[in-house]
Amino acid sequence: MERVPIAKIGQTLFVSIQIDLQDESVMRLQEDLADELARTGASGVIIDITAVEIVDSFIGRMLTMIGSMSRLFDAETVLVGMRPAVAITLTELGLSLRGVRTALNADKGLELLNGSS
Amino acid sequence: MDVDSSQGQMAAFMRDHQEKVVGRWSELVVTGVRGRISAVEVRRELEDLYSLVVRAMSGADEQALGELRAALAELSRARARNGFTPRETALGVFALKDALYELVADAAELVPEFLAFSRMIDDLGLHTFETYAAAREEIIAGQAMSMMELSTPVVRLWEGVIAVPLVGTLDSARTQLVMEKLLETLVTTGADHAVLDITGVPTVDTEVAQHLLKTVNAARLLGADCTICGIRPQVAHTIVSLGIEFGDIATKATLADALAHALGRAGLKVGPA
Amino acid sequence: MDELPIQSGDDVVRVRQRVRVVAAECGLSLVDQTKVVTAASELARNALVHGGGGLARVEVVRSGNGRSGVRIGFSDEGPGIPDLDLALTDGWTSGDGLGLGLSGARRLVDEFELTSKAGGGTSVVVVKWSR
Repeated sequence: MERVPIAKIGQTLFVSIQIDLQDESVMRLQEDLADELARTGASGVIIDITAVEIVDSFIGRMLTMIGSMSRLFDAETVLVGMRPAVAITLTELGLSLRGVRTALNADKGLELLNGSS
Repeated sequence: MDVDSSQGQMAAFMRDHQEKVVGRWSELVVTGVRGRISAVEVRRELEDLYSLVVRAMSGADEQALGELRAALAELSRARARNGFTPRETALGVFALKDALYELVADAAELVPEFLAFSRMIDDLGLHTFETYAAAREEIIAGQAMSMMELSTPVVRLWEGVIAVPLVGTLDSARTQLVMEKLLETLVTTGADHAVLDITGVPTVDTEVAQHLLKTVNAARLLGADCTICGIRPQVAHTIVSLGIEFGDIATKATLADALAHALGRAGLKVGPA
Repeated sequence: MDELPIQSGDDVVRVRQRVRVVAAECGLSLVDQTKVVTAASELARNALVHGGGGLARVEVVRSGNGRSGVRIGFSDEGPGIPDLDLALTDGWTSGDGLGLGLSGARRLVDEFELTSKAGGGTSVVVVKWSR
């Protein structure tokens, strides 16, 4: 099972999802992020999905859960780099991912995090 | 359409009298063509078709009928491009019957076969008509697509602010196109605010409202905020009476208001120089 | 036609990848490819999680007017869905699913056929055509 690496830069945790994620990997990511947030006290999480071609309702739900979970650790999550085709498909599926903030790319995601702190 | 294999006699007859029949056929077609194609070209086209017809009728060659139909489809398209009506093209095909009949009229034993042959030619003439219609359909569909593309521009109003003026009805096909163009533009310009101008949308019912909400949702997933503007009084009335809620999506009367709102959110202000 | 088993999370990923390849071969636009692959992902996961495992069949189909499309059939021998109407309305839940699986997937494809009964397994066939 692939484990998604988590990097820390300053007060922000960076996660870049590069592969076609299997369900277990996403659940593992949530656990790993919880561990890291508890350990480092980071105040922001950026999840980069630029390379992700498919986000179905399960993965969408997981991403929202990661957002809620991070807030329990007083951290804000921003989902960045969603592909247009993915956004259109999620919208058609009826998912708005309201629990997570979004930005076009990691730079803008950081601006968002810094603006809200 | 199946070729009656007992057309062997007719096929042989046609082969034996090829020169004469094709000659007569050319004469008849040239009259109908009225100078738009040279007699030499007509003769050449018909020679080729004639051979295919004979092959199809002799029944020995299974592919012949398919080749014949393909050749006629191409002829029909070419004629259409040159301004011929489908009727003219079909009449040209039917003229083969006249050309052949003039010779066959005296040969009583060929009469039953002639009927089957005649039916085949009728079917082929209709085939040219169908090809013409199909070609027109394709052109119309292409134009409809172009029209939709042209009437869905996405403009950059300011640094970080783009606008989508929507003109005409917002059906699901249109919405798909709007979403695709809007999102692509968000990515290429890095904008974080989009204004959807619905001044040109005649009616906003629950379906249209749903399409608008979908578009806003999609833009938000790419980190952009949306403002809807251009709500005319009658439209406002319909929205309220239908109980449509735009929730937390900002709505403004004019594009100017929407731009000011977007600039405000970006921390900018317009003032005298 | 390809037959792919759905017995694990990795199998679901394999189904996605296969559908993506076939959809691209059929000439579907990028958005349409994404939609049909996402629908396949939803339905494959359903077969795995609610159906106890199953099978996916992926093939190319051709319409009367020459368009090609991708057809995917999902089948499982699980507990089945007793009330199909309920299953297809938004917000229906079973187990820990969000309930958006079936009705959501239906919106992503052009043709959607669901057959199921309590205790009798489930079969879903979807088609997405190129434009």
